[in-house]
Amino acid sequence: MSEITPEVVRHLAGLARIDVTDAEVDRFTEQLGLIVDSAATLKAAVAGDVPATSHPIPMKNVYREDVVLESLSQEAALSGSADSESGRFRVAAILDEE
Amino acid sequence: MNLVKLTAVEQLEGLRSGAFTSVELTQAHLDRIASVDGVVHAFLHVNASGALATAAEVDRKRAAGETLPALAGLPIAVKDNLTTIDEPTTAGSKILEGWVPPYDSTVVSKLRAEMMPILGKTNLDEFAMGSTTQFSAYGPTSNPWSLDRIPGGSGGGSAAAVGAYMAPLAIGSDTGGSIRYPAAMTGTVGTKPTYGAVSRYGLIALGSSLDQIGPVARNVQDAALLHDVIAGHDERDSTSLPEDLGSMVAAASNGSLAGVKVGVIKELSGSGFQAGISARFQESLELLKAAGAEIVEVSCPSFQYAIAAYYLILPAEASSNLAKFDSVRFGMRVTPEGNPTIERVMAATREAGFGPEVKRRIILGTYALSSGYYDDYYGSAQKVRTLIQRDFDAAFAKADVLVSPTAPTTAFKLGEKIEDPLAMYLNDIATIPANLAGIPGLSLPNGLADEDGLPSSIQLLAPARADQRLYSVGAVLEKAHENVWGKRMIDFAPEVKAGA
Repeated sequence: MSEITPEVVRHLAGLARIDVTDAEVDRFTEQLGLIVDSAATLKAAVAGDVPATSHPIPMKNVYREDVVLESLSQEAALSGSADSESGRFRVAAILDEE
Repeated sequence: MNLVKLTAVEQLEGLRSGAFTSVELTQAHLDRIASVDGVVHAFLHVNASGALATAAEVDRKRAAGETLPALAGLPIAVKDNLTTIDEPTTAGSKILEGWVPPYDSTVVSKLRAEMMPILGKTNLDEFAMGSTTQFSAYGPTSNPWSLDRIPGGSGGGSAAAVGAYMAPLAIGSDTGGSIRYPAAMTGTVGTKPTYGAVSRYGLIALGSSLDQIGPVARNVQDAALLHDVIAGHDERDSTSLPEDLGSMVAAASNGSLAGVKVGVIKELSGSGFQAGISARFQESLELLKAAGAEIVEVSCPSFQYAIAAYYLILPAEASSNLAKFDSVRFGMRVTPEGNPTIERVMAATREAGFGPEVKRRIILGTYALSSGYYDDYYGSAQKVRTLIQRDFDAAFAKADVLVSPTAPTTAFKLGEKIEDPLAMYLNDIATIPANLAGIPGLSLPNGLADEDGLPSSIQLLAPARADQRLYSVGAVLEKAHENVWGKRMIDFAPEVKAGA
């Protein structure tokens, strides 16, 4: 039985900064439960001493010369923002008033 | 002459010989879009003036006798998850509606350097999450072969644009099959190159250890032309391969099967695959044998875990990559009533801006990465990835290329499986292993299934960096098919009825 409960889905959605409706919580609880259950087979499949692969083609650290290259202007970088002021992104308050 | 029905190679010949101009060719495709895209819905945005301006510049230079790049004047469509400086880029999501990027992706820069008129941006499942194009926030794309069926996904727009003659070539991206699966559904050709062979700078990332950009075309030689233009090292992508993998056009032109060992993947056949697809697949094995190949069977036992591993790794990476859509730097911002904090603004924006599949995968990825579950889920999935690579290593020790059907079924009806993610995820059963291992794959039309008369497809796989093998074997098999059928498979497609 899956450990995905409505409370877990609400908690995860909160961590992911996504408001969810009650209907979405119900639907995702059921769907994610099925997906997670099907993933449970993996643990048994790799019971032996198997190294993890995070990147399919191994590469060493990739460096370039530390020289200034052309980059976006401040104006271009701000062009997609919903709100900006004095060359900065403008956002709502970060802390609650309480 | 119906210019849009010509292959890309023929269109380039016509441009060079002066049979028609790039403006005429580009306009013919724009006319075709105007005529059929109302029912196909392959494009999210069409840039007629931009495409015609590039075409006019090519014509002017050609008339002046100037040297032009190889594909100059040949129109192209681009999947809408690659940034374009002069056109909106939505990735199929409401959260990016109206966003015009301040920079071009490297692949788009290469198309511009090649002077290819960019016709527009094609539809996709939101952030490329899906295999049907039904998860696009802007409505689904239809399959040109049968308008009530899926064109595959996520790159259904690019495949349908090429399949319905709205563009001779298109750009796709493939994270778990998003180039190859739509190619299979629409009777077109699509290649996922080796991981790192094509720069991903400016591709809106989905799963960073899986994503790869590649060509979409109507035949092998045309795909090779585009592959050669977009491949190559890019210092702006730290995963970009430093080495040159050779010319795909040369490989497609010099195809030969003499002494080539073709491995049939035991686990990707039989049960779970539609009878008509299996029948055509067996016939192609006979054609390969007749052309000189040796057919061997290979076994990849860990493939049974591929989908489960993919649906932990991909959501984990996607949930991280999509954290950038936070209402601050680009895209939608929804401000709830009252005097909300930025956290409340982010959560309301992401609720309004993301569709159901994206939310599902972000929440799943957040779970897979959470402390206490990380080792069991994400950790185990990464180990399965090693097992799948070992399976491929063992298989390629016995065979030069591997083959399987690209997809287990032909195109199903729009609306089917949409509330059943697990059933939906099975669509990519044959394509996902290549992404997990980073190897290249090409999907080739493989005849029509008897049950429904819809396209079936064969997938060719090669070891990492051996992309040329896909084109040399693919070109021979394509030729053998045309000899049997008396024409190209795409020529069997019914005419798209405008306004149907």
